[in-house]
Amino acid sequence: MDILRFITAGSVDDGKSTLIGRLLYDSKSIFQDQLEAIERAGQVNGQINLALLTDGLKAEREQGITIDIAYKYFSTPKRKFIIADAPGHVQYTRNMVTGASNSDLAIILIDARKGVIEQTFRHSYIVSLLRLPYVVVCVNKMDLVEFSEEVFLNIQKQYLEFAKDLNLKSIHFLPISALNGDNVVEPSASMPWWKGKSLLHFLEEIEIHTEEESPAPRFPVQNVIRPQTTEYHDYRGYAGQIRSGHFTVGDSITVLPSGLTSKIKAIDTFDGPLTTAYAPMSVTIRLENEIDVSRGDMLVVTGKEPVVSQDLEAYICWMDQKVMTPGSKYLLRQTTNAVKVSIRSLEYRVETSTHEKKEQPNLGLNEIGKVTIRTAKPVAYDPYSKIRGTGSFVLVDEGTNQTVAAGMLL
Amino acid sequence: MTRTHRLSHLDQLESEAIYILREVAAQFERPALLFSGGKDSICLVHLALKAFRPGKFPFPLVHIDTGHNFDEALQFRDALADRIGEKLIVRYVQDSIDQGKAVEEKGKFPSRNAIQAVTLLDTIAEFKFDACIGGARRDEEKARAKERIFSVRDEFGSWDPKLQRPELWNIYNGKIHVGENVRVFPISNWTELDVWEYIRKEKIELPSLYFSHQREIVWREELVFPVSKFISLDGTDKVETRTVRFRTVGDMTCTAAVESEANSVDDIIREIQISRTTERGSRLDDKRSEAAMEERKKGGYF
Repeated sequence: MDILRFITAGSVDDGKSTLIGRLLYDSKSIFQDQLEAIERAGQVNGQINLALLTDGLKAEREQGITIDIAYKYFSTPKRKFIIADAPGHVQYTRNMVTGASNSDLAIILIDARKGVIEQTFRHSYIVSLLRLPYVVVCVNKMDLVEFSEEVFLNIQKQYLEFAKDLNLKSIHFLPISALNGDNVVEPSASMPWWKGKSLLHFLEEIEIHTEEESPAPRFPVQNVIRPQTTEYHDYRGYAGQIRSGHFTVGDSITVLPSGLTSKIKAIDTFDGPLTTAYAPMSVTIRLENEIDVSRGDMLVVTGKEPVVSQDLEAYICWMDQKVMTPGSKYLLRQTTNAVKVSIRSLEYRVETSTHEKKEQPNLGLNEIGKVTIRTAKPVAYDPYSKIRGTGSFVLVDEGTNQTVAAGMLL
Repeated sequence: MTRTHRLSHLDQLESEAIYILREVAAQFERPALLFSGGKDSICLVHLALKAFRPGKFPFPLVHIDTGHNFDEALQFRDALADRIGEKLIVRYVQDSIDQGKAVEEKGKFPSRNAIQAVTLLDTIAEFKFDACIGGARRDEEKARAKERIFSVRDEFGSWDPKLQRPELWNIYNGKIHVGENVRVFPISNWTELDVWEYIRKEKIELPSLYFSHQREIVWREELVFPVSKFISLDGTDKVETRTVRFRTVGDMTCTAAVESEANSVDDIIREIQISRTTERGSRLDDKRSEAAMEERKKGGYF
């Protein structure tokens, strides 16, 4: 069994919470005591309010809105699912980026009565920017348009027209009614014209993209393990999680950014040594000779090096109330690395619903822009489009310690 | 490479948890691992062995003992710390009560669950812990589902769900001001079933409480409660002997048992797969109100 992580996106009242509730309910992932709790809380139009399953905070239940991301879990005999349930309106961009950063797939909900709207554009742009391999567009509330195939096909056409400028590799469409459960877990009897799978069936079958097959092996060092005991007197292991590709004992290794070289002597785990280890395994690597390696360094297979530079270009999503002004300094965290940086320039801001590029002096909360960054020391990275694990970063404000931006390197 | 190298869901969850534990070791000066002798924290200790051996743990194990714990859990706790040769620090809620810092609840079902936070915050201050690793999971409870993996608490130990840091990819930001503290939850993405499947796969030992045994019980609010010196019985309580096990192990005053014949990990996994109630359904302290857990977390509870 493997894991599929996905995010649900859509405008307020498009039925996100109801869809998640329906997935959990129809896949029998809701427990009796949870059900009783939401039944006690009252009904909506004669049905239990499935949306209450996802709004975990008192303030959310009081206001009937989702304030922050919640993670929900369910599994079928085929797969474990992790849902990032992101709010539809309050601070949408920031929360969408957060949820999408850990997802393999995005479900974009469209209200069949309204069709493609500005929020659809905005969410699809973010999914494209974050390079999620799959998008499932669920045309919801089909019960309110008499289950019309024509309405569904029109929305599909409209979406594809707009999406041709985006970087979406694989787009699927599904007509559903989250409220009644049509095509969510079971195929719908009301839409005999629909020959495709139900949403759950689709999610169970889709092939997940992983980075274990990447031709570029990457191992950011987290800690140096040095027991200094009698038994392990000279033991010096580099602990970390393989971000992409695989490493084998005997591989020639280059340490970045220093450029020092060595060979892999052993790959250790608590359960014994390995000959080869794959992403995303957490292992401890030992090298043949004693060279200077510490946290923040990256071990790569010689000949397959990433970019090493002090000048970075990136898209960033600004997540703080205080605006970003070029010239400001931040702490950049990328893999296990932390380095001081200065934002040199803001080239433009992107209007997420139209893709327009606009020049402006600074970047505000929830805005996305392209920037150039100068780092205090060289950073080893890959373009985000090649390897998410080494091409992503966050910026931290050293005054407030807040995470103020998410970044994707070019 | 072929698809045969794809990690199973348990291997992926394990790798993620090890990565998080190692981030704690790297980003904090004085971390601690909160260890109660329950199944989730036993899994954390197992994961820490995987993260740091052959080295020592870069943190002590810390138990906030409410004084109402099951003897089996305490014995197991001490034996495990001893076997792996790691430091165990125990602090007592009773001491906080004796010092007048915490006030015991009154009424028919008093619980020390909430005042545990007082002792925890004092312990954090005593050792200047900047990070506390806990075995909480997001599937346990709806307020937990909102929690970050690195969850920043202010100088009063309080959690503000509206002011959480965005947590992107697997880049964790552990930077805090002096006096603040981060609660870290490496098994956030695990479900109860994942924990049990992992226990089976790794052959992890557990206290006998989790397996079926005969015990004297009383019924309270449709839940099966163990008879102990910590609960007061009155004329309305009828003591019976039943075959039970515990699905979650907390205080004897607020942890209910379930009637069960399951006495192996395989049996328990089968039982959970068909269960229609959550693990937290047997915790009386969570049934007090819709927001019981959220309120406790705002008060510094782990």
